[in-house]
Amino acid sequence: MRKWILTVAVAAALAACGGNQPSGSADTATDDFQARLQQQLLDAKPGSVIDIPAGHYHLNRGLSLRTDGVTIRGAGMDKTVLSFKGQVVGPEGLLVNANDFTIENLALEDTKGDALKINQGRNVTIRGVRVEWTDGPQTTNGAYGLYPVKTQNVLIENSTVIGASDAGIYVGQSNNIIVRNNRAEQNVAGIEIENSVNADVYGNTATKNTGGILVFNMPNLSQAGHSTRVYKNTVIDNNTDNFAAKGAAVASVPRGSGVVINSNDKVEIFDNDVSDHKTANVIISSYFSTNYYNTRGVAADYNPYPKGIYVYDNRFKNGGDAPDGMKLKMLKTAVYGMSGKFPDVLWDGYVDGKTLVNGLPPDGDRICIQGADGVLNADGPHDYKNPTTDTKAYQCTLPKLPAVVLDPAPKA
Amino acid sequence: MRLVRCVALLLLLCLCGCQRGMDPVAFQADGRPPSLSDWHVVEVHDGKLMLNRGVVPYDLNTPLFTDYAHKLRTIWMPKGVAATYDPNDTFDFPVGTIISKTFYYPRGVKPGDVARTYDSSKDFAGEGLDMTQVRLIETRILVRRESGWAAIPYVWNDAQTDAQLARTGAVIPLTLVAGDLTREDFSYVVPDESQCSSCHAQDWVTRKIHPIGPKARHLNRDYRYADGDENELEHLMKVGYLTGAPRPADAPRNANWMDPHASLDARARAYLDINCGHCHNPKGAANTTALTLDVSAAEDRHLGLCKPPVAAGRGTGDHLFDIVPGKPDDSILAYRMASKDPGEMMPEIGRSTVHQEGVSLIKAWIATQPGECVALH
Repeated sequence: MRKWILTVAVAAALAACGGNQPSGSADTATDDFQARLQQQLLDAKPGSVIDIPAGHYHLNRGLSLRTDGVTIRGAGMDKTVLSFKGQVVGPEGLLVNANDFTIENLALEDTKGDALKINQGRNVTIRGVRVEWTDGPQTTNGAYGLYPVKTQNVLIENSTVIGASDAGIYVGQSNNIIVRNNRAEQNVAGIEIENSVNADVYGNTATKNTGGILVFNMPNLSQAGHSTRVYKNTVIDNNTDNFAAKGAAVASVPRGSGVVINSNDKVEIFDNDVSDHKTANVIISSYFSTNYYNTRGVAADYNPYPKGIYVYDNRFKNGGDAPDGMKLKMLKTAVYGMSGKFPDVLWDGYVDGKTLVNGLPPDGDRICIQGADGVLNADGPHDYKNPTTDTKAYQCTLPKLPAVVLDPAPKA
Repeated sequence: MRLVRCVALLLLLCLCGCQRGMDPVAFQADGRPPSLSDWHVVEVHDGKLMLNRGVVPYDLNTPLFTDYAHKLRTIWMPKGVAATYDPNDTFDFPVGTIISKTFYYPRGVKPGDVARTYDSSKDFAGEGLDMTQVRLIETRILVRRESGWAAIPYVWNDAQTDAQLARTGAVIPLTLVAGDLTREDFSYVVPDESQCSSCHAQDWVTRKIHPIGPKARHLNRDYRYADGDENELEHLMKVGYLTGAPRPADAPRNANWMDPHASLDARARAYLDINCGHCHNPKGAANTTALTLDVSAAEDRHLGLCKPPVAAGRGTGDHLFDIVPGKPDDSILAYRMASKDPGEMMPEIGRSTVHQEGVSLIKAWIATQPGECVALH
């Protein structure tokens, strides 16, 4: 009933903003829409459903929501479009600080900053949402498309993000996460799981980004991430030039990266189709390789080593033939010759020396790789001086991670 | 008919001895009255914005920058109750407390022009603002109710007679005119009611909102009251609005960011505290970033020294660390303060112009920081 009333209210507002206003310009019309939507967000109560009918709406101010249990619903990701082109107040399109939040079936376009940021909340569902920067990859695009941070029990599904100047779908400092059946295209990072615990990333397509799917741990944050499964994804042709501003976490990602693990632990990569990445289909790396690591600015308890990484049963194809950056190009030529290519897996070679036993990490901390056409240990610690291609060290298995179960289960 | 009755009632009330032609201050236990004048805290009478009886003005040692707006802050409490002093946090205010903040500018010559000046000496005439000298923009009410604090925004009408409830905020085009007549067009943005929480909810788990200014370190300063200069903490104690405060010398005190006698470090930390600390504190919205800028932050990576950004996106301005000691032009902190692009600027809301003098202060402070950030490989 409430849903119906709200729908009617918005529809009435829209009708009032229609063509029969004597002096109303298109801008006036959308100003009315914006004020109405702001008002609905302010008035929302737990259980409220804010329905936004089909239409292309122009907004110049960021929206925010701070009430638990609200659903925002459009008529479809290509039908209900909130455009923030020319936004004067931001930075986000929509900022949410609330629990039990659902947003579905609409699009957010051309926000100055992040399109949808959910900062601190439990039980979040993002479904069928399109985020797009419509001028294609630009450094001046907003940083993140769909950005839950410090959240628990998060589902992101059937959504599309295009053009983010950092990560398209970016889940940070969160727990219990499912990211499935989404499409990430022409972002710097397609999908990024950062400092998060228990994430399942499956059924997604990441293409034409700089890097397809990233699992990272940054220093100094509220929690270190671990236990992410990346499976049944299509990660193909992520060869767009890195257009992130320098200093951004993803600015260090080489063009042509398929799946990238940086300093994260217990990551399982399996049953994916990963192909045509000019640097490498899989990169396993340490924070040391980002150039940001310095003792003054990084907490002493930070673990910069990727530990317990298990790559198996993927379908790799092509790639490694034209790595990004002079150093990697020289490395490729040195090891594989001018016409050669990097193998499927590139590892920068940083290991936690103090934990080694007989030259190997403890069983659970190893990097185990099966089904790749090779692994290059780039010898990052010695500036790529002694790269090695022997794969014996990676012939191992790790215990498989359990599936993530959202509790409570998201509402259909 | 109803209006006539109201006017008659009003006259009667005033005959009974109300202050300055104003009804007594009206605490509103719930709801959002449509007009600022419904509160009877500050009202325009006889060409002045007047404070009602019992409404005490105050200033902060170092204020938040809001597009060079001047601010008239007031506090009022019902009889018989008082706030409890706290050395660090916002005082514990009793139910019934009403805090107001009026944003205004000294007038420029043309309509739409406002003066960019720190000089407020011409704003005041007697005990209010001289309306021939100032243009009122908005007044925000923070009211302490049984359920906690509520924030209610009002925007002044064109006639400058009253301010109307503006829950969804407003965008007001203005032109700042500096002393040398340089002009800067900008959109003054009145935040919407939800955005009030962006700053006033300093804990993003509880989401409870609180006043920011009324803390010991901000109020420990003198104010020119109608009957002379007095320390604000002492004055609040004297009028019965505050209990438990120590002598001013024993209370914390932030520097005035413009005080040439204060140390650069004290001025910069005071500036960061009030402009950034409401989000950049251990429980605030920006605790996702590992950057802490309130007075509690240790002078190390917590304050941004050599700290890599977390989610700055293009806000880095191509720089690697929040603060590079000795190198303000390589520091993300200074870059974001000097930007007015909503996608990269800091603070994220509350200004549309760059605070040139604030940026200069922080750059000068960064320039004095010793050491460097040496990358490890």
